Amino acid sequence: MSHVVTDTTTDNLGRYWELKPHHHPEGASTSLGFWVYLMSDCLMFAVLFAVYGVLGTSFAAGPGPKDLFDLGLVAVNTGMLLLSSITFGFAMLAMFAGRQGATLRWLGVTLVFGLCFLGIELYEFQHMIHLGAGPQRSGFLSAFFTLVGTHGLHVTFGSIWLITLMVQIARRGLGPENQRRMICLSMFWHFLDVIWIGVFTFVYLLGMI
Amino acid sequence: MATFSNETTFLLGRLNWDAIPKEPIVLGTFVVVAMGGVALLAALTRYRLWGWLWREWFTSVDHKKIGIMYIILALVMFLRGFADAIMMRLQQVWAFGGSEGYLNSHHYDQIFTAHGVIMIFFVAMPFVTGLMNYIVPLQIGARDVSFPFLNNFSFWMTVGGAIITMASLFVGEFAQTGWLAFPPLSGIGYSPWVGVDYYIWGLQVAGVGTTLSGINLLVTILKMRAPGMTMMRMPVFTWTAFCTNILIVASFPVLTMTLILLTLDRYVGTNFFTNDLGGNPMMYINLIWIWGHPEVYILILPLFGVFSEITATFSGKRLFGYSSMVYATVCITVLSYLVWLHHFFTMGSGASVNSFFGITTMIISIPTGAKLFNWLFTIYRGRVRFELPMMWTLAFMLTFVIGGMTGVLLAVPPADFVLHNSLFLVAHFHNVIIGGVLFGCFAAVNYWWPKAFGFKLDVFWGKVSFWFWVIGFWFAFMPLYILGLMGVTRRLRVFDDPDLRIWFAIAALGAVLIAVGILAMFVQFGVSIMRRNRPGYRDPTGDPWDGRTLEWATSSPPPAYNFAFNPISHGLDTWWEMKQQGATRPTSGFMPIHMPKSTGTGVILAALATVCGLAMVWYIWWLAGLSFLGIIAVSIAHTFNYDRDYYIPVPEIEATEDARTRQLAQGV
Repeated sequence: MSHVVTDTTTDNLGRYWELKPHHHPEGASTSLGFWVYLMSDCLMFAVLFAVYGVLGTSFAAGPGPKDLFDLGLVAVNTGMLLLSSITFGFAMLAMFAGRQGATLRWLGVTLVFGLCFLGIELYEFQHMIHLGAGPQRSGFLSAFFTLVGTHGLHVTFGSIWLITLMVQIARRGLGPENQRRMICLSMFWHFLDVIWIGVFTFVYLLGMI
Repeated sequence: MATFSNETTFLLGRLNWDAIPKEPIVLGTFVVVAMGGVALLAALTRYRLWGWLWREWFTSVDHKKIGIMYIILALVMFLRGFADAIMMRLQQVWAFGGSEGYLNSHHYDQIFTAHGVIMIFFVAMPFVTGLMNYIVPLQIGARDVSFPFLNNFSFWMTVGGAIITMASLFVGEFAQTGWLAFPPLSGIGYSPWVGVDYYIWGLQVAGVGTTLSGINLLVTILKMRAPGMTMMRMPVFTWTAFCTNILIVASFPVLTMTLILLTLDRYVGTNFFTNDLGGNPMMYINLIWIWGHPEVYILILPLFGVFSEITATFSGKRLFGYSSMVYATVCITVLSYLVWLHHFFTMGSGASVNSFFGITTMIISIPTGAKLFNWLFTIYRGRVRFELPMMWTLAFMLTFVIGGMTGVLLAVPPADFVLHNSLFLVAHFHNVIIGGVLFGCFAAVNYWWPKAFGFKLDVFWGKVSFWFWVIGFWFAFMPLYILGLMGVTRRLRVFDDPDLRIWFAIAALGAVLIAVGILAMFVQFGVSIMRRNRPGYRDPTGDPWDGRTLEWATSSPPPAYNFAFNPISHGLDTWWEMKQQGATRPTSGFMPIHMPKSTGTGVILAALATVCGLAMVWYIWWLAGLSFLGIIAVSIAHTFNYDRDYYIPVPEIEATEDARTRQLAQGV
């Protein structure tokens, strides 16, 4: 049933087949793929924000935001995360300039800021649980701990990834694979920053009104 | 009710001897499954197939092999899901006049839950994903998907979810909640033992695979199309796959998060969906349907694509209204997010909200109707060949329209208040899922089997299967419409009114007819495999149906690299155009082809995830922690492997292509 003749002399060969293959740069789809993954992650946070929107005032006669939140502490924490985003930006600039040592140093600084953020968050959680305001206490606290905690978990995994990537850059330099990974991690890190801006605004600032 | 205990030991959590069900039906099933499993393992060992399976299949990153493995998984799980169905039919026709039937309520409730879960998550989803995996890269003229390793990993996560779900049959219990596990019934208070936990972890493990596979195929379609193939030159199946993967990426995270919240309620004691301390069970029902309605279109859209390809091919015409087909698909994609509340009009959200969701639901029938007219106009004045794929397509058109119309009926809120939760609803969604998704899968298998294996399927047994399936479907589900209108609610185990019995008897007869159809289908596969070298079966051309799209431009089965040279597209139906223009096939000047290497990492990661899921089900915390750490360690170790690709050398390509040239010369 096939109409194809196996004769290679006809003119339209090059019209339908790419005889000189174009080169696909290695991992050309990775940035897009990672971006799409981030959007799916964003939807998970969207669910958590929606849940917080529904349950945010279900205090069940327990403590509310004004009883629990310490805006000063949260402001410091927000500062940690924002600074870590800036220093990641510096790491990216150093990477594009091909300076491996500077890249590693800025990544190290980013890691320190990230760990400080996590430390302060854990302190806040521990403090609230100590007051009897744990995630089991009310719908509001369930939603609060899950939203903020999920963000914290992301920062934790981001930090593990950061350490892994630092080892890889130290061992193999700034080759195309490691550059690609830096770009992905950078998107991830900034994405967490954007989510945190949402958390800071909708959970902490609106909660204090 | 089985005895159970939530007392835990350190080593085994809440797993103990009492967790093994002692009911004769379950024990009998276990013996049969165990003997079959042992026989299979023995055969694999006897014929020394383990190494071959591991190297050529399990660790393969070839999208074609992964696609086939997805479909095998779907067929295996389909047998389990169907066994559940026929048990329910038997129970419902049996339990009249004071009889309790043969299933106690604990067992019966697990069966209807498992039937729904398995048919949607482990039959329809892997079937559709397998089809997209196999066909999409070929249709866009690509050599693989964007992320081949991720593809392998996604498949094995789906298998892991299926294993967790199946394990519940023999160790512990499955959920008794219905397939969406609404709280508070699925909360720890009403479902204290392992059933709902099996449900949660089975779906979570499989869900990771589904989401990643969605991202993978989405990026593949965006980035890997052949030169010249603009979006509006993509085959319709690729378009529908594209929209389906958008839906997957934009809805499965909602399911994942909703199940995480239910998990926290059950494991940590939070109050998301509880009735006290500020929880809100209706929030779960909203969230799960925000995933659940797009899920319906995830299942049906690719099959709309399949029907489009088949109708065009077997009518010998270009598809009528290609652009309108694309826009209809996109409309359905968007609208599928605006209708979720029609699943619970009875929630009491008021007339305005119900009207909005009723109207958006009815609007979906407009693009769907446009599709149907496009298919009809494609057939109109076409030279229709009534081959098996076309027969399934026609059966779909007749069946699906009825299901669609009862769907519009249910979209009218006042009617829904009467029909909600009745057998009318059950009849409706089986009408669209069997008549649409399943008939589409069977059409696709008959259509693309020759591409995947190099020989056609047997027509006689295909027709036997077709007629038993289609007639069996009508016998099995029309009585449920009638019973639903009479007010019978779904998921009932025993009945008082003897007048109802005749309808259940007819439905049971339908299930038996379908069973014959399924049997005939497996006979069809077997007969065809045995006769694969006979002239009427073998396909030396690579284009047995006189196809229109690029998957028919390569050999059957395609070589590992799909195309020795990338095809160039100048319009719709590229392969058809090539044939019209007498396009030739390059037979020299090959270059080495860059391909990804196989890897066992996906299997290992999915195995660890499965162990982690099972450990969480049984509260074996040390094992859950250990396997989770294992997942992280293996993932990190994998990123230290920079040696992931290789080049197929020119002599190997020459040998393959020369063999193809000889085959074509014989076939002409």
